[in-house]
Amino acid sequence: MGMTITEKILAAHAGKESVRPGDNIWVDVDVLMTHDVCGPGTFAIFKKQFGENAKVWDRDKVVIIPDHFIFTKDTHANRNIDILRQFVKEQSLPHYFDVGTDRYKGVCHLALAQEGFNRPGDVLFGTDSHTSTSGAFGMFSTGIGNTDAAFILGTGKLWVKVPESMCFEFTGTFPEHVMAKDVILSVIGDIGVDGATYRAMEWRGDAVMSLSMEERMTLCNMAIEAGGKNGIIEADEVTTDYVKQRTDAPYKIYKSDDDAQYFFKKNYNASEMEPVVAKPHSPDNKAKVSDCTDVKLDRAYIGSCTGGKLTDFMAAARLLKGKKVKIDTFIVPATREVEQDLHKEKIGGETLVDIFKNAGAYLGDPSCAACLGGPQDTFGRAKDNQVVISTTNRNFPGRMGSKQSHVYLASPYTAAASALTGHITNPAEFIYN
Amino acid sequence: MNKVIEGMAYVLGNDVDTDQIIPAEHLVYSLSDPEERKNYGKFAMSGVPAEQAGLPEGKIPFTENGQSESKYTIIIGGRNFGCGSSREHAPACMEIAGVRAVVAESYARIFYRNSVDGGFFIPFECVTRMVEEIKTGDDLIIDLNASTLTNRSSNKTYELKSLGEVIEIIEAGNIFEYARKTGMIPSA
Ligand code: SF4
Repeated sequence: MGMTITEKILAAHAGKESVRPGDNIWVDVDVLMTHDVCGPGTFAIFKKQFGENAKVWDRDKVVIIPDHFIFTKDTHANRNIDILRQFVKEQSLPHYFDVGTDRYKGVCHLALAQEGFNRPGDVLFGTDSHTSTSGAFGMFSTGIGNTDAAFILGTGKLWVKVPESMCFEFTGTFPEHVMAKDVILSVIGDIGVDGATYRAMEWRGDAVMSLSMEERMTLCNMAIEAGGKNGIIEADEVTTDYVKQRTDAPYKIYKSDDDAQYFFKKNYNASEMEPVVAKPHSPDNKAKVSDCTDVKLDRAYIGSCTGGKLTDFMAAARLLKGKKVKIDTFIVPATREVEQDLHKEKIGGETLVDIFKNAGAYLGDPSCAACLGGPQDTFGRAKDNQVVISTTNRNFPGRMGSKQSHVYLASPYTAAASALTGHITNPAEFIYN
Repeated sequence: MNKVIEGMAYVLGNDVDTDQIIPAEHLVYSLSDPEERKNYGKFAMSGVPAEQAGLPEGKIPFTENGQSESKYTIIIGGRNFGCGSSREHAPACMEIAGVRAVVAESYARIFYRNSVDGGFFIPFECVTRMVEEIKTGDDLIIDLNASTLTNRSSNKTYELKSLGEVIEIIEAGNIFEYARKTGMIPSA
């Protein structure tokens, strides 16, 4: 019987010919990523369990990317960065991207891609639930807690229950005003926030394969919002082109067999997809943008690992160019590289930075910022009972700051169109006029 | 392993996410410093919307003002308990507040795994939904051998699902002890 790409990668890393969903296996880990929120706890458990002077299993496979609470005066948050530094020094870890230096990157999931740590066929764990993002590169990646991360630091291994796979196939062509964010929000709306619990979400079809790496990352990023263990897309030339620009490390391409078994399969006609939002307070609370145009907004937020990549800002800038926003609009590039691109990339002779500034938007430094609320002085943190349209991935109560705020999740196109009108707006109105 | 767990119930609804269990602004405290970690108990469940906090009535704080321990030690939840982020601060803050068991209809994957591998408390799955059966403050007893939960306030007994393959990790205490028992890592 055939295997899915997820099963094949896990089998290979467990030294087995084949695995089946439900099997409990120990896999060898290629990369362990952690950040400022979970690193300190992970290191403490590692030392407690393996000894004060224990060394990590493989220095080259540990990647530490501070990104969550960066530009804050909060003393506890800043102490956590010091703990990262200390551990990196003790262990002489090469892959650390320190705050306040040229090496600082920003949001870990995009930084992993940009720094060449996402490689087809690998197994990557991260102490962050959106680690599923890396699955866009045809690899197995998922989020874990501090304990599991500490276990990996000491052993290079982790137990995994092989997930069943769900297949989401999109054929045809996505309309111009529909982005990957609309696609994932639609799917989460269809299956619910626990619709993929403990399962792999595999994306297939010519429409998916026509997407850029950044858009593919958006699809895999939000697998966790459906409860998924991982999101995954087979690697193709788009993938290998991206990877080869970033690393010389070897990779291996796995593909699902034709007779692989799926727990669930659904085919979508890409051309029928529409812009959607997730209404407060759940990512599966889907509604068509065209049904929400009476929702008045207080602010727009464009950023995060989901919606803070260059593609996302190109989309937003396309609509904001030459216009003024009607509500407070926050632009937060996910990483330094994206930030630099905002200064370089131009639309009609104007850089994205100038487009945003001239439109009256506020620009922040690359980090997670208000995606997860954060300390009180966080850039863009939602206040009081504000109604926010956001390109981030979660709209749980209080996620972006104030417990009384209301967050609508949307694509960068929809967020930008809505920033221009002050209410939820279909980007088609701007794109086709 | 203790064969019974007794305690007072704190009842929550569906999709209790990790931002409700411990809001992100509190993730800055040390989990290893004995004094500082008490903050996690203090702010456990502080993100739960008031109407949902302590069902059926709601508006029941999980911990009394400023206290790091809760008088409620068994949490009753609905579907998809612990969804959201991978922060282990979520099960940790519950343990710090004194939680010994959670009984929910279903769990989000990472939260479940963290609870088991870290040995914070036992995450049980109920056979039938408990949220409307049990009131916050009810006196409960879980019998691990029989896999049952009894509500001593209403004198009703309910079946719990078997813990399945994770029982070995739970019995060992956490993933490290389990790995030592099985010889995967050397005994300390
Ligand atoms: S940007 Fe938001 S979702 Fe992404 S890693 Fe940071 S906090 Fe998590």
